[in-house]
Amino acid sequence: MAAWLLVAGGSLHAETQAFGLEMPAADLTTETTTPAFGIIAQADPYTGDMMDPSLLGTDPESAERETVETDDDLMEEAVYEGLEETAADVDVLIQRLPEGSFNDRRRVAEELAATGDPRVPVILTALLEGRLLATADDPPHILIHAETGRGGRDALTGELVDADVIASGRRIPVHNPLRNALRNLIAVATISAPDPERRAASLRRLMRDDVSPDILAYLDERVELETDPRVTDLLLTVRALARLNVDDPEQRLESIALLRGSLLSEVRVRLEATATRDEDPEVREAARDALDSIESRIRFFRFTENLFFGLSAGSVLLLAAIGLAITFGVMGVINMAHGELIMIGAYTTWFIQTLIPGALSTSILLAIPAAFLVAGLVGVAMERGVIQFLYGRPLETLLATFGISLILQQTVRTLFSPLNRPVASPDWLSGSLYVNPILSLTWSRIYILIFAIGVFIALLLVMKKTSLGLKVRAVAQNRPMARALGVRTGWVDALTFGLGAGIAGVAGVALSQLTNVGPNMGQAYIIDSFMVVVFGGVGNLWGTLVGAMGLGMMTKFLEPHTGAVLAKILVLIFIILFIQRRPRGLFPKKGRAAEA
Amino acid sequence: MLTRRLFLSDWGGMTVLVLLLAMVVLVPYANLVLPPESPWHLSTYWVALLGKFLTFALLALAIDLIWGYAGILSLGHGAFFGLGGYAMGMYLTRQIGDRGVYGNPELPDFMVFLSYESLPWYWWGFDMFWFAMLMVVLVPGLLALVFGWLAFRSRVTGVYFAIITQALVFALMLAFFRNEMGFGGNNGLTDFKDIIGFSVQARETRVALFAVSALVLIAAYIAARYIVTSRFGRVLIAVRDAESRARFSGYRVEHYKLWLFVFSAMLAGIAGALYVPQVGIINPGEFSPLRSIEAVLWVAVGGRGSLFGAIIGAFAVNGAKTWFTTAYPMVWLFALGALFVLVTVFLPRGLVGIFRRRRREGDA
Repeated sequence: MAAWLLVAGGSLHAETQAFGLEMPAADLTTETTTPAFGIIAQADPYTGDMMDPSLLGTDPESAERETVETDDDLMEEAVYEGLEETAADVDVLIQRLPEGSFNDRRRVAEELAATGDPRVPVILTALLEGRLLATADDPPHILIHAETGRGGRDALTGELVDADVIASGRRIPVHNPLRNALRNLIAVATISAPDPERRAASLRRLMRDDVSPDILAYLDERVELETDPRVTDLLLTVRALARLNVDDPEQRLESIALLRGSLLSEVRVRLEATATRDEDPEVREAARDALDSIESRIRFFRFTENLFFGLSAGSVLLLAAIGLAITFGVMGVINMAHGELIMIGAYTTWFIQTLIPGALSTSILLAIPAAFLVAGLVGVAMERGVIQFLYGRPLETLLATFGISLILQQTVRTLFSPLNRPVASPDWLSGSLYVNPILSLTWSRIYILIFAIGVFIALLLVMKKTSLGLKVRAVAQNRPMARALGVRTGWVDALTFGLGAGIAGVAGVALSQLTNVGPNMGQAYIIDSFMVVVFGGVGNLWGTLVGAMGLGMMTKFLEPHTGAVLAKILVLIFIILFIQRRPRGLFPKKGRAAEA
Repeated sequence: MLTRRLFLSDWGGMTVLVLLLAMVVLVPYANLVLPPESPWHLSTYWVALLGKFLTFALLALAIDLIWGYAGILSLGHGAFFGLGGYAMGMYLTRQIGDRGVYGNPELPDFMVFLSYESLPWYWWGFDMFWFAMLMVVLVPGLLALVFGWLAFRSRVTGVYFAIITQALVFALMLAFFRNEMGFGGNNGLTDFKDIIGFSVQARETRVALFAVSALVLIAAYIAARYIVTSRFGRVLIAVRDAESRARFSGYRVEHYKLWLFVFSAMLAGIAGALYVPQVGIINPGEFSPLRSIEAVLWVAVGGRGSLFGAIIGAFAVNGAKTWFTTAYPMVWLFALGALFVLVTVFLPRGLVGIFRRRRREGDA
């Protein structure tokens, strides 16, 4: 059904805008195919030949620009969606408008407003301004007289109507009490849509301009009716904004007290205006005070956001470094291929996703043990094949593992491609947790934080509670003595290295959700991981936790002031200087073995 | 006595020095005198390539000096190499004068592009050759002095030292990538025209640069040889093999290490300065940790702790790299990786170790 309507009229334009009903003109080209509905002021692109732009006093292009500027996607969609459901009601109701007394007309208008149909505000505005006409037919056709000129349109379909038809129509009469009621009903029409998203959008639009206190009564009514807590919140805010314009300074002060809690930028703009322009000095003072309080709350939430970013960066560092802490801490092996083990974990995730397409959640959960196994096996192979010949020569191990990292990178590049592989995220990992207009937290980062802590605790338990952990710690403390007591140190070394490598693989699964998966991804983490281990010290896992979180926080709190690159440089310089003070990190290994 | 100490007891070094001297004579001859038709003619491409290898050999020598004789593994020697290179690059950039794209006689192109008003203070003086050459050794030397003083004083050794040198070079790379640093950012410095009045593109200049590189390498080798055979050098070896024992014997270990480290950084700076006019560009890529680790590999392949082994290693690895990257580009990283592993596992004394073992067997 091609139901669209167009009203030519400057004052209507102003009015609809005031009530936040600036309709988009973007989809007017779809007249014949889509039930597109467009209310634009002053110009009709289809029938521009019939509606002389000079007659309207504006050129259509500028009018279109104006409407496009205030275009709102949410609103646009809402118009299409609402149309199908409520169109029939409007068709019936509108025909009852010419009949009966003023009171009947008011009731019909109320019902119309309650439909939430996007055409209603336009029709009611025309009625208010005495431009709504009815023909003598049965049932009558309802027409809207253009504000200038003798033309007009059908109120329901928006079709242009000849001037003589308009001339045959009779004006639907209104009187002052009805006019007052209509003003409120137009506001009703904008914010009583059935869909809470649309109501919220209308309310946000209302806030952009000065809210008239005339609609206060209606707002009170809506506050009672509203069920959605977020919309109620907005309603209360709009009501308080409307009260900012009442004559009674007490009420203004009251509403300022209420607005203190809001973080919306629109509220801040209105409070700024009140703080500078209100005639009552006390109100100005209160508004200034409220603004200060809002500013400090915003600072608090920005701080919370930084804290979260810091924790999140720290959790990534923790995941990347914790495997390294094991191999370095226990075996004194500098594993330069650690980053490539992370990469192998990420590629395992991608591989499983391509094996079982469509089941994103399952494949991510499967990828965790799979990546642990794959990376762990590569680690054991590395240990048995190369590293076991190099014990006691840490610098040589460093070079050999660096060679292995080059080979692994090139293998991946040859097997798959030098390009990045796309790894998808399941729904529960995308999007973000909305706390307030200032603060929203990405789900993937929240989960990775939880995951990192989980991995940390699991590893802690393995080291403290299992017999493998006991042996690993024994070997780390005193290798010859452990061997003398019957610990097969070679076997422990291989398993330890495999464990560290497996953890790196698991880290790769998590990181595949945050960054690009490509052959070079490991290199991005290797230097950071070393910094964490060196900073935290190799004495125990807590050092790694504190080191990772500390460096993550430091980077993220520096970033807003210095930019990302400089923050990183400063952190590196900090570590270089820190090592001078504590050459063995925050939590150094203690005892006789430490000097070896 | 000195001759005996420096040369006669060092058969491998003697061989390498003789080869280098021969190159100084033969390469210019083969390039400039022999006609292009001659089978012995050496194209300018090869001259520049060999010149580049010579500067790499100088860098390797600097690394071997500290790694082989004092046990200090620096994974960030590219920092000093790069800084020396940038000092030279700044001189060459200032020599462009008004021949740049924007034709500004005072400001290099990238500064005009980034709308600088005037030359930043740290660029002052780089239009003078002597000043630039002073900076080539002073800037890396000063950085090494500060960094080494901090590190050695608090006894940061071994793996920890390796990691923080890597942090140093990584931080420098990030810093030089920033446009705000005033060193041309991502693109670095390039489009050089003249060096002390001669065109960098000219064949004669390239041959001269080659010869200078070779002579500097020879001089650096003799100086390094002098250091390691002196009493100072013997203390260094004691530090390398048993640091605590050397300290308990009354030696100020950190002083020995520090001065050697500074000298090594200066050598690396000179290597960088010779490298830049021969390749025609310097950019932050020189500071990438990978480059520094690769340089350590040259030493490991040649054989650490013999000085001339570093020179052999630099030539061997870079020769192989040049050949592989043109013939089998896909295989190069495999080969390089395998080289790292094989050398560390099977050839802990490098290529030099093979000859040494054979010689010992022959003696017996």
